[in-house]
Amino acid sequence: MNGLDLLTAITVFVLSVLVGVEVISKVPATLHTPLMSGSNAVHGIVVIGAMLIAAESHTWLGYVLSFVAMVFGAMNVVGGYVVTDRMLEMFKARPAAEKTDRNEKAEV
Amino acid sequence: MDTDSNAVHYVFLGTAACFVLGLHLMNHPRTARRGNTISASAMAVAIAATVWLVIHQSTITTTGWLVLASGGLVGAALGLYAAREVKMTAMPQLVSLFNAVGGGAAALIAVNDLLQAENPAGLGARVSLPGALDIVIGAVTFSGSLIAAAKLQGVVSGAPVVFPGARLLNVLLPAAFVAGAVWLVLSPDSRTALYGLVAVALLFGVTMVLPIGGADMPVVIALLNAFTGSAVAMAGFVLNETALIIAGMLVSSSGGILTKLMADAMNRSIANIVVGGFGTGDAAPAVTAGGAAQVRPVSGDDVAIQLAYARKVVFVPGYGLAAAQAQHELGDLAKLLADHGIDVSYAVHPVAGRMPGHMNVLLAEANVPYTQLKEMDDVNPEFPQADVALVIGANDVTNPIARRPGNAISGMPILDVDKAKSVVVIKRSMGHGYAGIDNELYTDPKTGMFFTDAKKGLAELKAAVGEFVS
Repeated sequence: MNGLDLLTAITVFVLSVLVGVEVISKVPATLHTPLMSGSNAVHGIVVIGAMLIAAESHTWLGYVLSFVAMVFGAMNVVGGYVVTDRMLEMFKARPAAEKTDRNEKAEV
Repeated sequence: MDTDSNAVHYVFLGTAACFVLGLHLMNHPRTARRGNTISASAMAVAIAATVWLVIHQSTITTTGWLVLASGGLVGAALGLYAAREVKMTAMPQLVSLFNAVGGGAAALIAVNDLLQAENPAGLGARVSLPGALDIVIGAVTFSGSLIAAAKLQGVVSGAPVVFPGARLLNVLLPAAFVAGAVWLVLSPDSRTALYGLVAVALLFGVTMVLPIGGADMPVVIALLNAFTGSAVAMAGFVLNETALIIAGMLVSSSGGILTKLMADAMNRSIANIVVGGFGTGDAAPAVTAGGAAQVRPVSGDDVAIQLAYARKVVFVPGYGLAAAQAQHELGDLAKLLADHGIDVSYAVHPVAGRMPGHMNVLLAEANVPYTQLKEMDDVNPEFPQADVALVIGANDVTNPIARRPGNAISGMPILDVDKAKSVVVIKRSMGHGYAGIDNELYTDPKTGMFFTDAKKGLAELKAAVGEFVS
């Protein structure tokens, strides 16, 4: 495929670790669970690998392996992003609307 | 065709940049959701670009298309269902499950590559070495994460499962897969080496996680997250795809940092964890229960008066709160106090919950504004100004004994609850925490013990405070 030589690949590898450490260390503990499920979704990029092997398959074994890899990868991507969004939606600076009745009670 | 695939690689580069940007925006709750959306959109673009690449390469068969589409749809449906339906208390299981499938997919890519190669014997170490690593890490993550999820879900006992020879096995198995990996690198065409390696790695994932107790799950999940990332990066080396290398290593560093943070917060070294057999509490000397130490029991009304006339209240929630499903009651009580003009905040210890940051999500779900959620280092200086510190379901992380040497939790970072002007602990009994030692906080003269179930106790407090402030 593309002529990615080993040195370039390793360079990318090392720089990614450094960028990762730099960016992630700034995430507050409050958000560590969404960070984890969000980064979980990022490693769902493996689905691209699964697509590429599906494209190269010509045998039953290859089809079975790529089918399972596709299921795993797609589940990882979709589930990871959706659940992260669900969690982040709950983080609000002010409490949500349904407080009104309690407010009234407190002020009676 | 070369220019086509080049164009796709520019798209992948943009995707990788968006992943970094997305993670960067996670540094504040205000921007985090946008970050996740950016990351997800970039992923969608990368997948679309790959579809386009697959069409242009035109090596794919009709069956290949069917496999690709049906696998994608089935996976997406399963993921969507799981993500929509999961309860926030079950989040650690779900993340574990996603770790498992991510690692599994990465391992399958390497297995496929070695099986399908036109001339497997001719594969150089350039492919077979990352391939072998991918298989080992991916398979260990797959089975290990499934066991972790099963333990968290209660399908497998949450207690450390130890069988005779387990420790010996945990030394022998890594030796076996190092040998297997070397064999596979030297002769990539050997099916025996390939299948043997997969089997040994899967088995090790099981024996590694089984002996780990429920309380140590935050470390395990973070560690397996780091493993998955590395497996994906290795798959990137096998397939020559930089996007996979970058994304995999971003995740891996995230998992690594969280593992370190969790290990520090639990007062264990990562080495101690990797060797295994932790979470058994075997380091803790058995202290006789209570020794009839003088504690001061208080009633709900006493506590309610204290809270109603306080200026500043700090809540200290632990996993016991989530276990009792009482986070909504706590949120309601806090809101009542806040509406009454009392300064309310939550002191969240890094290991409160079953995964990093878990308690914050549980509280956010109970409508607690994130501005009230304080990290340990930020909240500790605030305790001396707090009129009341209310501890619910937290134990070892509040024990002042950790500041002294010579006990099971010496050196563990704790919340300085004992520095508050007065302390109330909601607890069912005088039972011990995971470390199995007495908590000196409970016998402190300024501590009142409110013996009750968390959910009932908090509802009672809310009702009583409501009467005082109305």
